[in-house]
Amino acid sequence: MSDPAGDARALDVDGLDRLIAALSERGFAPHGPIVRDGSIVWGPLRGVADLPAGWTLEQDAGRCQLVRRGDGALFGWAVGPDSPKRLFLPPSLQLFTARRDDEGGFALDPPAPAPGPIALIGARPCEIAAIAVQDRVLLGSEHTDAHYRARRDEAFIVAAHCGEPGGTCFCVSADTGPSARSGFDLALTELHGDGEHTFVIEVATERGAAVLEAVPHRAATGDEIARAAAVVTGAASRMGRELETDGLRELLYGCREHPRWDEIAARCLGCANCTMVCPTCFCTSVSDLTDITGATAWRERSWDSCFTMDFSYIHGGSVRPSVGARYRHWITHKLASWHDQFDESGCVGCGRCITWCPVAIDITAEVVGLRSDGSPPPRTRTAGFRV
Amino acid sequence: MTAVDSMRPAIATVRAVRRETADVVTIRLDHGDRSDAFEPGQFHMLYAFGAGEVPISVSGRPARGGGVEHTIRAVGATTRALCRLRRGGTVGVRGPFGTAWPVEEARGRDVVLVAGGIGLAPLRPVIQRIIAERELYGRVTVLYGARTPDDILFEADLARWRGRFDLQVGVTVDHADASWRGHVGVVTTLLTDVDLDPDACLAILCGPEVMMRFTAAELEARGIPRREIWVSLERNMHCGVGLCGHCQMGPELVCRRGPVYRLDHVGRLLGVREV
Ligand SMILES: Cc1cc2nc3c(=O)[nH]c(=O)nc-3n(C[C@H](O)[C@H](O)[C@H](O)COP(=O)(O)OP(=O)(O)OC[C@H]3O[C@@H](n4cnc5c(N)ncnc54)[C@H](O)[C@@H]3O)c2cc1C
Ligand code: SF4
Ligand code: SF4
Ligand code: FES
Repeated sequence: MSDPAGDARALDVDGLDRLIAALSERGFAPHGPIVRDGSIVWGPLRGVADLPAGWTLEQDAGRCQLVRRGDGALFGWAVGPDSPKRLFLPPSLQLFTARRDDEGGFALDPPAPAPGPIALIGARPCEIAAIAVQDRVLLGSEHTDAHYRARRDEAFIVAAHCGEPGGTCFCVSADTGPSARSGFDLALTELHGDGEHTFVIEVATERGAAVLEAVPHRAATGDEIARAAAVVTGAASRMGRELETDGLRELLYGCREHPRWDEIAARCLGCANCTMVCPTCFCTSVSDLTDITGATAWRERSWDSCFTMDFSYIHGGSVRPSVGARYRHWITHKLASWHDQFDESGCVGCGRCITWCPVAIDITAEVVGLRSDGSPPPRTRTAGFRV
Repeated sequence: MTAVDSMRPAIATVRAVRRETADVVTIRLDHGDRSDAFEPGQFHMLYAFGAGEVPISVSGRPARGGGVEHTIRAVGATTRALCRLRRGGTVGVRGPFGTAWPVEEARGRDVVLVAGGIGLAPLRPVIQRIIAERELYGRVTVLYGARTPDDILFEADLARWRGRFDLQVGVTVDHADASWRGHVGVVTTLLTDVDLDPDACLAILCGPEVMMRFTAAELEARGIPRREIWVSLERNMHCGVGLCGHCQMGPELVCRRGPVYRLDHVGRLLGVREV
């Protein structure tokens, strides 16, 4: 990574628009945050006009609301319910098609051609950290996920350092934000207000530099660089949540019989929302299907969740029939056994599981509860979805 | 796509089908030169066209000819479809995956193999290997428990193994019928008659988790340390290669770090409720 103080660049809004166009011309399919379905989600981006100008997401446990900011900031919000996960690990994907042949056997159709590369515009530091976590899981050992690789390998990433953490963010505790340290080609920090709208750009890779060359830009001034740094330090001081990570792995391994699990089980609906919105959750299931004639069969892979009963089913029963055991498995996997499996935490502190839990179960509060001896938990508010 | 797609099955031909019991069938598969590239204890993901794909252990090499054998109990949609396969039929195969039984560590030692039910299938390739290089091992004992006399697998093999002077073989059933003249009771009861040298013995267990737990406890009580006891664990598996998350047991991804484990590595997880 280049030294941001040394050769930071600056783009205006039009420059950012040209950058998106330049990526498109180079064969990337630009994707970024867009307003859809009353929220901010990842979608195809034609240009800056598609970005959520002037919008923000107010978030708390069990609550997320799309509201006007009263200014024109493009990145004045933290994260929405979905993440680039869906672009690299699609929620549902056909893995192959097989056809019966005349002799009663079958053969597989040739693999589908690899999709073209994607460019992410405005990926958050925690999202980039989550991509690195999934890279480790899906590409980091002997057997890799070819479908993930085909989408991930060439992807171009423009990071957006955070200036407006959400009410459920705790990337400072997770050590993943509010500024991204690696895993991107270019990174931007948004400076806006008083008629100014500038993006201070950090160049991290050669291809990042090459794309930027094709776009009108200038050197960032010392003052802009200092204010960009202040944006992220300001964000760091306004985190919505906190998670004490010291001794967390040992804590979770040591509290398998804690009374807290039953309390959580009484609240948790086992709905799997937390795992669907989590940018690191990678679990999938395959189903093998046939057409009505039985001549063609195909395999579909879809996101699955350790919160479903079927997930661990073996001969006549689920390994984790109780909801408490399923929550225990999930949080233990995120914060403890992920370290054993992949040498790092499975939680990047994005807060999505807190925001999108319909009964406002909060991973950070549960850890506090598990650290205590089992006396009654602080009351959590119950809220339905209000979008 | 340049990388190998580990989720894409190779196509194998069914070369032979042998009915073992009313609900168990052994099939011999041939998928070219990779057919016998497996270690005892490893499994394949077998795909029955349109029906599904499930983990099935390698149950051995055929006595004659190439290929690999699998022994399958029909318990649900996919295993039923696999058990309906005929000679000349086609299945999808991915693998072999997972860890192997400690055949090399067992050399120079006494070996006790204890199987329950379909658990004899994954042990058969170890027994075949031991017989092929019998002089490398000390005393070898095979103990096998089936539900009823009608559920006994590999009868021809068992008869052959019993006929050897250098193998001790014990078979028991949970429920006998009038024709049964053998031992009745759970498989651990067979251990009582076995002379174990705790300093020389390595034990290999395969069967339902409770059966392995009780057998391991009995072996430990006889002085065999946990690090000399090996087990094979069963978990739901969709990928077999560490990508889908289904097979977790505590920190273990059983498809990758297992299914064969040394007991001192997973013993603390066995018997933990809903882990
Ligand atoms: C490593 C390993 C090796 C195995 N070796 C053998 C073998 O050699 N012979 C044999 O007969 N069986 C073996 N099994 C068990 C076999 O995989 C299951 O019987 C089979 O998955 C049942 O699938 P089904 O669709 O027929 O049954 P259903 O009951 O309809 O199962 C539905 C789904 O649940 C899951 N499932 C159900 N039972 C099991 C189970 N016991 N283990 C794992 N997943 C399960 C599968 O995903 C299956 O598709 C092995 C299991 C594992 C994990
Ligand atoms: S566990 Fe929750 S906070 Fe952590 S990465 Fe997943 S969704 Fe974000
Ligand atoms: S913790 Fe919340 S989001 Fe997750 S399964 Fe339970 S109710 Fe659903
Ligand atoms: S079976 Fe998919 S991770 Fe083990």
